[in-house]
Amino acid sequence: MPNVPELRLGVDVGGTHTDAVLIDRSERLLGKVKVTTDPDVASGIAAAISAVLDVGATMPARVSHVMIGTTHATNAVLERTGLARVAVLRIGGPATHAIPPLFGWPEDLRRAVSVAETIVDGGSEFDGRELTSFDSDAAARFVASLPGDVDGVAVSSVFSPVSAAHELRAAEVIRAERGSDVHVSLSHEIGTLGLLERENATVLNEALVTTTRHFIAAIRRALEYSGLGHATAYFTQNDGTLMSLDYITHFPVLTIGSGPANSIRGAAHLSGVEDAVVVDVGGTSTDVGMLVGGFPRESVFGVRIGGIATNFRMPDLVSIALGGGTICRSTGDDVRIGPDSVGYHLEQEALAFGGPTPTLSDAAIAAGRTHFGNAAVTLTPALGRSLSIADEMLAEAVDRVKTAKGDVVLIAVGGGSVLVPEALPGIAAVLRPEHFEVANAVGAAIGTVSGQIDRIFQQAGRSRQQIIDEACAQACNEAVRAGADPNAVEVVDLEDIPLSYLTNPGLRLRVKAAGPLAGL
Amino acid sequence: MVLLDAETLRSQARGCGILGAGGGGATNVGLLAALRSIELHGPASLADLDDLPSNELVLPIGMVGAPVVSVEKFCNGSEAGRIVERVEAMTGRRVAALMAHEIGGSNGLFPAAHAAQLGLPVVDADGMGRAFPEMTQMSMDLAGVDPSPCVMTDERANVVVINPVDGRWLESLCRAAAVAFGGRAISSQYLMTVGRARDAAVTGSVSLAIRIGSAVAWAPGTAVEALIKEVGGFRLLEGKVSDVERRVTGGFVRGSAQIEGLRGDAGRLLRLELQNENLVALDAGVVVASVPDIISVVDTLTGDAVSTEVLRYGQRVSVIAFPCDPVWRSPAGLRRVGPRAFGYDFDHVPVEVLCAERT
Repeated sequence: MPNVPELRLGVDVGGTHTDAVLIDRSERLLGKVKVTTDPDVASGIAAAISAVLDVGATMPARVSHVMIGTTHATNAVLERTGLARVAVLRIGGPATHAIPPLFGWPEDLRRAVSVAETIVDGGSEFDGRELTSFDSDAAARFVASLPGDVDGVAVSSVFSPVSAAHELRAAEVIRAERGSDVHVSLSHEIGTLGLLERENATVLNEALVTTTRHFIAAIRRALEYSGLGHATAYFTQNDGTLMSLDYITHFPVLTIGSGPANSIRGAAHLSGVEDAVVVDVGGTSTDVGMLVGGFPRESVFGVRIGGIATNFRMPDLVSIALGGGTICRSTGDDVRIGPDSVGYHLEQEALAFGGPTPTLSDAAIAAGRTHFGNAAVTLTPALGRSLSIADEMLAEAVDRVKTAKGDVVLIAVGGGSVLVPEALPGIAAVLRPEHFEVANAVGAAIGTVSGQIDRIFQQAGRSRQQIIDEACAQACNEAVRAGADPNAVEVVDLEDIPLSYLTNPGLRLRVKAAGPLAGL
Repeated sequence: MVLLDAETLRSQARGCGILGAGGGGATNVGLLAALRSIELHGPASLADLDDLPSNELVLPIGMVGAPVVSVEKFCNGSEAGRIVERVEAMTGRRVAALMAHEIGGSNGLFPAAHAAQLGLPVVDADGMGRAFPEMTQMSMDLAGVDPSPCVMTDERANVVVINPVDGRWLESLCRAAAVAFGGRAISSQYLMTVGRARDAAVTGSVSLAIRIGSAVAWAPGTAVEALIKEVGGFRLLEGKVSDVERRVTGGFVRGSAQIEGLRGDAGRLLRLELQNENLVALDAGVVVASVPDIISVVDTLTGDAVSTEVLRYGQRVSVIAFPCDPVWRSPAGLRRVGPRAFGYDFDHVPVEVLCAERT
């Protein structure tokens, strides 16, 4: 059946390389490529797509889905380019005036993003009561006063993870005033407890809406150009799961941090293991994360994006400056490795290619861990010592990431993972699955769709089990909203988070549901 | 005169985290509020009790209730002013300065966030010298200062005045009111004159927090050594969190943590008993430090406090212990906050004695 679309194409944009893979319906890999990352991310993705189609000698018509892990949102925040003009509406008065919105932001980012900021009365208490009634008149006046070039409004209200009622009413007020020409982000759909961090994340999200819309248009053009106009495209988010293009148009900030998540999910798929430490070694750095039940474990602390505190769910990683291109230097008695790397100049610089610079790849070759290149490398004491330092750094990073005592399996992926030794303390076995060097693109291609909630639920006469059931249903709904098959969605993680110093705290639950793409 | 400017406040925040002994709540919201306040009103000054008029009032103030509520619903800035106004109207006396009722954790920064706009100094003192879970565990209660009147308020300008007959009633009435306020409220109690505060408060605690914070900040790589030197403390262990067991009962996080020794401490195992704060440290089953002495878990690299709520397997930490304020080591102090007050069947031995015995 050559004309039935049945293949999935996964692309992952990394710092040095953009990888692409093609997999079939039974998730077998048919083609893989690595191209140098283009500063224009959309063009780089287009190049990777056409290259992998060539390698797989595949008719574009056979590709049904394209899954993309992208860095355009991260770049936009770090470089302050293409950011939307955002009005910031906080609903929390008379409380919270002591710290106004965006207080503590880097001044240039604040100027690039914010049109106006205000606090109006409203919000909720931790137990779901109203903090005070929502001042919709004040909200309407604020919206009416905004300049014509405002692109969107970021709305946050106190304890919206408990009750989102006032945020939803604010959205109505904004639509009544401005129609559909301004976009609205609501904090309860974006972050969790911690008003300032959630508000920051909501503003960042809104700031990325316009650029993401343009980016998606560029991707659609690239797909048309590659003959993939019929394929359905998805982006991966920071837990390694997929979002439809429509969904990402509203929640672009969720793509930040998707790279490591893709690697971890890809490692799970390639190895068939669901619980393990995943070590992803690139040219310059190594990310060590934990795979739990097939998903990356997430950090308990909020993540900083572009210098701003957020409370994002991100893969919990330990990153170290250790990669295949990491430079090894003698320092008299001892050696020092990194933190700098020859990066993608490995084939010009490394000893194994006749170059002048000793790298960790050379050390690994000399020690017999791998063999590539075209020049012989001898195991000098300095190279041997470099490799033991690298092993120690890796062992420490692995140990920090492990969640419990006892030995676990380690999956080594990424182009530089030949560095990983066969044995490490606390590790039962080191797995090196086939296609390890493109695990991130594989992770994108095999992605499932997830939904997550993190809320405080009040007992309100219900049993604990009833509350848990309600939370699970909400998470499943979120997954379906993001594009999951409603018939196959299931809860993959449920966490009960302690609330100290509260005598009648209700229940704080974090639930994640996931399922395969609808219509796959 | 010390001004509580931005850099000083950042140092103080780190110090308050360490003095929290694992509890007291995160300091970031308090720090941001204080930084915003000095942006608007300029820095408040830090006053010594000896430099204030003896017959004017010191107002102990802070948040009561759940720190988690404060990360969502924080102050609007008018709260302390309203309490000062009410107290002055009720007593006919002038409030000379604000004082943290608890230096450890988020409450340690509360006065700094409110004093400047009121034109008042922050007193270099507090009611605990660390963090404790209950309001009666304040040095003023021990000294016999009347807890009444207790004035509580919120961002809506609700005001509740409680006249409890003793510390126990203060604790239960104040807690109940805090729940009704929405899980937390701003409260002042154990009002006293400056003259009385000189004996009844724990003095020097704000400047101690600032010194701790700057010692840690200016000693990258050797933060823990700098911290130990500053507080006259002891390193109980450098290691890695190897096990955490936590449960929430009656509003308290209870449980234990195990720290496995690394480097020079390899092969040793330290166990911490937790009840919101770190209460007891045991090395091979032997008590090496206990409440009311301060046991803090800090990041081995940065020296920043790691609270009991965020302790997690794999963290590289150092456990340090140092003497509490002498007020808690008196027989009456130990009855209030010694190991037995928290349900342990042993008597307090000062950490410096325990650590001298070990070496």
